[in-house]
Amino acid sequence: MDILLLLLLPIAGAAITAIMGSSPKAKYAALASSLISLAYAICLVARFQPEAGTQFLVNQPWLTSIGINFKAGIDGISLLLVLLTNGLLPLIVLAGFKQHQSGAFYGLMLFMQAGLLTVFTALDAFLFYVGWEAALIPIYFICALWGGENRIKVNLKFFVYTIFGSLFMLLAIIYLHLQTPGKTYDIQDFYALNLDATTQGWIFWAFFLAFAIKMPVFPFHTWQPDTYTEAPTAGTMLLSGIMLKMGIYGVIRWLIPVAPLGFSQWGQTALILSIIGVVYAAVIAFTQKDVKRLVAYSSISHVGLISAGIFVWNVQGLQGAMIQMLNHGINVVGMFFVLDIIIRRVGTREIASMGGIAKSAPQLAITFLIILLGTVALPLTNGFIGEFLLLMGIYQYNLWLAVVAGLTIIFGAVYMLRMYQQVMLGEANKATEKFADLDFTEKGVLYIICALVILIGVYPQPILNISEPAVSQLIEVVNAKLLAR
Amino acid sequence: MNAIITISLLALFVLYLGLFKATKSLLPATLIGLLVALGFTLAEWNVHTTPIFSGMLLFDNFAVAFGAICIVSTFLILAIAKQSFERISEHVAEYYAIMLFALAGMLVMLSYHNLSMLFIGIEIMSVSLYILAGIKKKDVASNEAALKYFLMGAFSTGFLLFGITLIYGATGSFDLSAISDYVIAGAKTGIDPLFYTGLLLMLVGLSFKVGAAPFHFWSPDVYEGSPALITAFMSIVAKTAGFAAFLRLFLFCFAPLHDFWMPAILVITVLTLLVGNITALYQHSFKRMLAYSGISHVGYLLFAIIALGASSVNSVFVYASAYSIATIIAFAVLILVKRQTQSEEFDAFNGLGKSNPFLAFALTVSMLSLGGIPLTAGFIGKFMMFSNVLGEYRIWLVILAVLNAVLGIFYYLRVVVAMYFKSAERERITVSANFNWVIGISAIITILLGIYPNLVANLF
Repeated sequence: MDILLLLLLPIAGAAITAIMGSSPKAKYAALASSLISLAYAICLVARFQPEAGTQFLVNQPWLTSIGINFKAGIDGISLLLVLLTNGLLPLIVLAGFKQHQSGAFYGLMLFMQAGLLTVFTALDAFLFYVGWEAALIPIYFICALWGGENRIKVNLKFFVYTIFGSLFMLLAIIYLHLQTPGKTYDIQDFYALNLDATTQGWIFWAFFLAFAIKMPVFPFHTWQPDTYTEAPTAGTMLLSGIMLKMGIYGVIRWLIPVAPLGFSQWGQTALILSIIGVVYAAVIAFTQKDVKRLVAYSSISHVGLISAGIFVWNVQGLQGAMIQMLNHGINVVGMFFVLDIIIRRVGTREIASMGGIAKSAPQLAITFLIILLGTVALPLTNGFIGEFLLLMGIYQYNLWLAVVAGLTIIFGAVYMLRMYQQVMLGEANKATEKFADLDFTEKGVLYIICALVILIGVYPQPILNISEPAVSQLIEVVNAKLLAR
Repeated sequence: MNAIITISLLALFVLYLGLFKATKSLLPATLIGLLVALGFTLAEWNVHTTPIFSGMLLFDNFAVAFGAICIVSTFLILAIAKQSFERISEHVAEYYAIMLFALAGMLVMLSYHNLSMLFIGIEIMSVSLYILAGIKKKDVASNEAALKYFLMGAFSTGFLLFGITLIYGATGSFDLSAISDYVIAGAKTGIDPLFYTGLLLMLVGLSFKVGAAPFHFWSPDVYEGSPALITAFMSIVAKTAGFAAFLRLFLFCFAPLHDFWMPAILVITVLTLLVGNITALYQHSFKRMLAYSGISHVGYLLFAIIALGASSVNSVFVYASAYSIATIIAFAVLILVKRQTQSEEFDAFNGLGKSNPFLAFALTVSMLSLGGIPLTAGFIGKFMMFSNVLGEYRIWLVILAVLNAVLGIFYYLRVVVAMYFKSAERERITVSANFNWVIGISAIITILLGIYPNLVANLF
């Protein structure tokens, strides 16, 4: 019942905030709801035993005539993502505190939270798919209702693009269901299937399409920069901080274990696509003149590295991916929040028309720097441990891929620091002269994020411990199946 | 059986009420009568296993289930009919009566056990619909719609009748069991070519009736020309009944011959999906878009015939309920918007999200359901259809259907975009209580079936 409660809390919050309409208290309700969810997630972490496999299992009959059950549970991999979702949401709500959004805005946000949690806990393919789409609809409305000028066109592309990918995943799910002996959608039955290699190849691509579009992996990334740029800040944070992890999680939980032979044939292709994405997005980020787009592209680059770490399929790579998902979520939310503060005060997204902000806003300058260093993976920040593990995993697989990816990360530091220099340092101009420093809520959000950046950077072990047993076990399951052939 | 009698008597009663100018009691009488008929229908669940009236009609669970959809949909459509017929003419009673007659014909179509009853049912329905399409006597478009519908309908009835005759010629019977026996015996002794010809002609006739491509040309013009309420009736109830009759014929009689008719059905299905969806993309009028998207839904429904078997009835039932309920919302909102703006274009919906949040929300639910997005009934319907066809390993067909589903989302979202993301200076539409009820209940059913489909998904 724990999971039901976990899912129902945000739904209840969504209903309450939606009913509140344009009342100015809606944001407090949303904050309260997200904090309750976070507290509950922390309770789950406290009760969680890393060695014990899947816990808090719920298995209720749902659509029994066609083999669908409401089956969900949490293991180490799920738990980190549940923690990420519920931990970031209060920050995202707080980050938008000054904009006085209507209750519908928060309602959609909390409803999306329920969808995301469903995805991260589902152990039934049908439930997984429902959660997958249930997270998409609210974010579409958030981005299209409260976004920038081109929001309608850009978000239509985003919506249709992702639906296109996920419908193929749906086909793969139905196909696998038809192959199971008991005609179920249970993930364990999917794992137990022994399909021939060609079929698994098709299954691999059907799932990969859905997940690659969501992450996004090169060449399926074209929706992402526009959508991130046009979305309201909360939308960008939800998309980049949490939603893209759905794709990564899907690869770990569904794609590779369900189609191991497909993975052994095509995994390398996917790996190379990921690495191409790392390099390609970094090069494009280098040439951006718009800060939001720059961060959007750098996000593609970082996510490409996470995806590459998964496709090498060893403990270091996967553990790196797990912790880096958390770090990327924290850093990217912090990054977009800082950019939102700057863009709102300066009134432009052009890097060229900024500069000299650090003088008038030292607090912002410091927090921005810490988050930025986390993003570029300086030692003792959270990004370091994640990218170190990822690169180590890739290195074990192939030296040259690791070299290419590693050099790109250094390259990433160059364009990020250059951006910092141009935005924060240098001569102040008319727009940035009277830049006001952080206010109370902004401080609150950014201090929490900076604390997390440093804390995880200095002492990542507890987080690694949560996912380690689940990751090793999953790798064993897949490797056993690969060896059996 | 009692339902057919009730509805026929009700229609006569309504005519008499009209004669005595009791216009105020027309609608309540009709609605109460429909509820009684619904009760009679549901009471026959699991009652009959053998045909009645010398093998003419069989009220099996199939007939009961689809009869219930038809009656409930008609009820909901008539519940929002208050004042809309009055705007057209003074002879309101006739319209209620004609709709009820059409409904009686549909119930016959759902329960036939003899091809002559199929024909009679279709004719009762069609003749009523021809009149309904033309009820705006002074409106050119409405007249054109009625004439087109009549000519095309008569044409297709010709095909159907010719097919029935040839099948009679081959088998010597109109009875479904006798035809089925002939088909099964024919597997050994060979089947008369007359029978095959008859089958194809019936297929063409029925495809006309449900508006499947390439026999769909009448439907957009007819739907556009008719008053919105009648269009709703035709595209929801008549389509459901027509499709159920189609399915019943194939289930009872032609299932063993699937190798013969499968290529034809495949061609029809693919064309229907493509024509419906691609043309719907280019529409500027919401009503016309609904007409074309209705064609594409027939394509998805045809999946049940491709994967003909025990589960097809279930999936058609779920799909048809989802489609009917969602389309009722769409038409109800369309009627309200048209009353205010006199336009059926997408632009007429601009700013509805601000002025009438409830209507906009319900219409969004309806569009998401028609587009097949999870947590709505439409998704469960599509999901079951896709599962069935994948079960037959027709993977390319399903991939085509998936691409079509993506196209569908494109045009269904257009109205959502108009409502929420485009602003317009507009007055709040005043919505009377009956509209609120119908729209609200339909939206709740759509979501409820999407979250807990067990309510209807394993009736059979």
